[in-house]
Amino acid sequence: MTNDIRLSSRDLEHIAQERVVETLSRPSLSYWQDAWIRLKGNRRALISLYIVIALLAFTLIGPLLWSVDPSVQDLDQISQPPGVDRRATLVAPHVPWHGGEAETAAVDGLRIVGAANSQAVRLAWDPIPGAVRGYRIYRNIFPIGPEKAYGLPLVMSIAGTWYEDLLDLKPRDYYYTVVGLDEHGVELPDAETIEVTLPRVITIDEARGRGLIAADATPQLGDPVTLALHPLGTDALGRDLLARLMHGARVSLFIGIVAPFLYVMIGVAYGAMAGFIGGRTDAVLMRFADFVVALPFLLFMILFKVMFGLGAGESGIVPMLIAMVILSWPATSRLVRGQILSIREEGYIGASRLLGAATPYLVMRHMIPNTMGVILVTLTFAVPSAIFTEAFLSFIGMGVAPPTPSWGSMCNEGIKTMLTTPHELLFPAILISITVLAFNLLGDGLRDALDARMRSRE
Amino acid sequence: MFRYTLKRLVQGLITVWFIATATFGAMHLVPGDPLSGEKAASAEIQANLRAKYGLDKPVLQQYFVYLGNIARGDFGISFTQKNREVNDIIREHFPVSATMGLLAILFAGAGGVLWGALTALFRNRLPDVIIMFLVILGISVPSFVMAALGQLSLVKLNAFFGATVLPVGGWGTVRHMLVPSLVLGLGTMAYLTRLMRSSMLEIVNADFIRTAKAKGLPAARIFSKHQLRNASLPVVTVLGPAIAAITTGGFVVELVFAIPGLGRYFVQAVQQLDYTVIMGTTVFYGAFLVFMVIAVDLVYGLIDPRVRLQ
Repeated sequence: MTNDIRLSSRDLEHIAQERVVETLSRPSLSYWQDAWIRLKGNRRALISLYIVIALLAFTLIGPLLWSVDPSVQDLDQISQPPGVDRRATLVAPHVPWHGGEAETAAVDGLRIVGAANSQAVRLAWDPIPGAVRGYRIYRNIFPIGPEKAYGLPLVMSIAGTWYEDLLDLKPRDYYYTVVGLDEHGVELPDAETIEVTLPRVITIDEARGRGLIAADATPQLGDPVTLALHPLGTDALGRDLLARLMHGARVSLFIGIVAPFLYVMIGVAYGAMAGFIGGRTDAVLMRFADFVVALPFLLFMILFKVMFGLGAGESGIVPMLIAMVILSWPATSRLVRGQILSIREEGYIGASRLLGAATPYLVMRHMIPNTMGVILVTLTFAVPSAIFTEAFLSFIGMGVAPPTPSWGSMCNEGIKTMLTTPHELLFPAILISITVLAFNLLGDGLRDALDARMRSRE
Repeated sequence: MFRYTLKRLVQGLITVWFIATATFGAMHLVPGDPLSGEKAASAEIQANLRAKYGLDKPVLQQYFVYLGNIARGDFGISFTQKNREVNDIIREHFPVSATMGLLAILFAGAGGVLWGALTALFRNRLPDVIIMFLVILGISVPSFVMAALGQLSLVKLNAFFGATVLPVGGWGTVRHMLVPSLVLGLGTMAYLTRLMRSSMLEIVNADFIRTAKAKGLPAARIFSKHQLRNASLPVVTVLGPAIAAITTGGFVVELVFAIPGLGRYFVQAVQQLDYTVIMGTTVFYGAFLVFMVIAVDLVYGLIDPRVRLQ
């Protein structure tokens, strides 16, 4: 059976395209645009991003707004928690006291002579029967409980029945205890305790010297003055905590951001080289990286500090940076090598090579951009660990040393007064925690946004 | 298996050699020498001391002597403590660190698996939210702050009972060890909880779980026998790095709680520039970590037959 197929010339003409066969339903997005949209959808990551920006502003712009020198001591306000009463009263300069009692015993026993204030406390007491060897005087900042912990012994034995306390007085409550000593120098069982609330005072000369009153003003004794403002209080040396936190953030964030940046870059270069060249070179390079990984990290950080000839008390931001870079690159290099190895087998690399692309072009144009997501995520996760390392080293006295503030060294100083003035430890510790938390959550968000394969299952 | 073990051990030895060499190199790049800080030493005494410690020999010869000594397990004599061998120091203080580290690992491992399993079980419900919040805290708060807070809570606890329930510092009895080990393990515990949670969620839809359900096994049995066991495998893999993290974290805990461990000793040695102790401790810790990682890998191969050791 045969079929006659007749074709006219019309049948061979082009059919006019009537409709668009394929349309893109959505605008085409680049990898980074897509990642940004996904990151914006992640509330936790976005908040973390804002926190990171706020921290950078705190460090970079903060000192411009709050231009207090972090190393200046305010001796009137030592270890002050934030929000204390800053009013002080002007008094005459201190005159040594020799026990001449202005008023005779209106009250029996232990009493305060004159006005007790943060300049001096004058105690007088009636002779205690049996106190042959004189008296011992204690001062405590806590009320005396049944365990009879009298606190700091101000004087071990004094013959007279008066004492003037000038030692490091703060505007707060004190509990003075006088104990008689028997003929063997042993404390008698009975003790007298008196509670004193000290108002804050300052002499006119001191107030003028600190710029609290104008040089041409004629202040009267008893006038109130307001001491310098410390929004977050002061540390044990009377330095402004806010200014120190801002300047400390410079060190902490500098090391926390620059060190990871440098070692991730080195790791990328090393890993890309190993992954691209492959073969024996790759094996040798990676074996070396394995060795460096095996070095006990913190021990070597400390060794490096010794190596740079820095003693325990010297500040070593740059040695710390170098040591961190030298010891931390292998993890990134291994990651990047793995990525490069898998990308190398992709079709588009072969196609590009077929079109005559040279190796540097392949690496720069295809391989590095395609690993950029992984690199960025690594970088974000490296920041908190670098901040931790800095804080840890400064804490054990091997990192940034005083007077340079860093969050770690501030924690180190603050932990000594943890029980009485916890704010000195709390503020830097909170800042470290917030920073680490923000970078961790941002890293999680970036990982979810940038790399579908690494997406966390949460 | 045997060949693999042998290969790993040889690799480990080479790594230890590398650590020893790096330590030696680092210490010899230090400006000055261990004796330059000695007080009141005349030139003759200095020369004699140099001869005694072998510091007058060429660097290469010193290096080989050093390697030979390490191979024999001899780390030399302390520079700052008279007549004290580094080996004695390690022998005396390392067991303390190791005990604390072991307890911390136990805390971290048990806690991590338990909390991780709980969060996965109560996914997106209140227990999950609370535990994950604590986990984030555990990851973000530095170890020294944890240690300080731990000590502070001990003070409060003892004050509350009016007696020393748990000592605030020192070492000796189990009561001394409890809180420092817990503090030391917290960071790792947080990390393990996260890991455990994601690995639990990963296998919750696995085929073998469905099979077990289809067989009609009770839910508790599926959870304990199938889910928990399989999900805790990844926890074993990170135990190696966790041991490293816990040993270094031990420094801080030892400092804060006044525990006579090797970490505290090391920090002290660095502050006093006690060269032999620094070098000995570094090499010792390095070797310890290298072989711990190898041991963990081998154990993992035994637990999980799917992992082929080659």
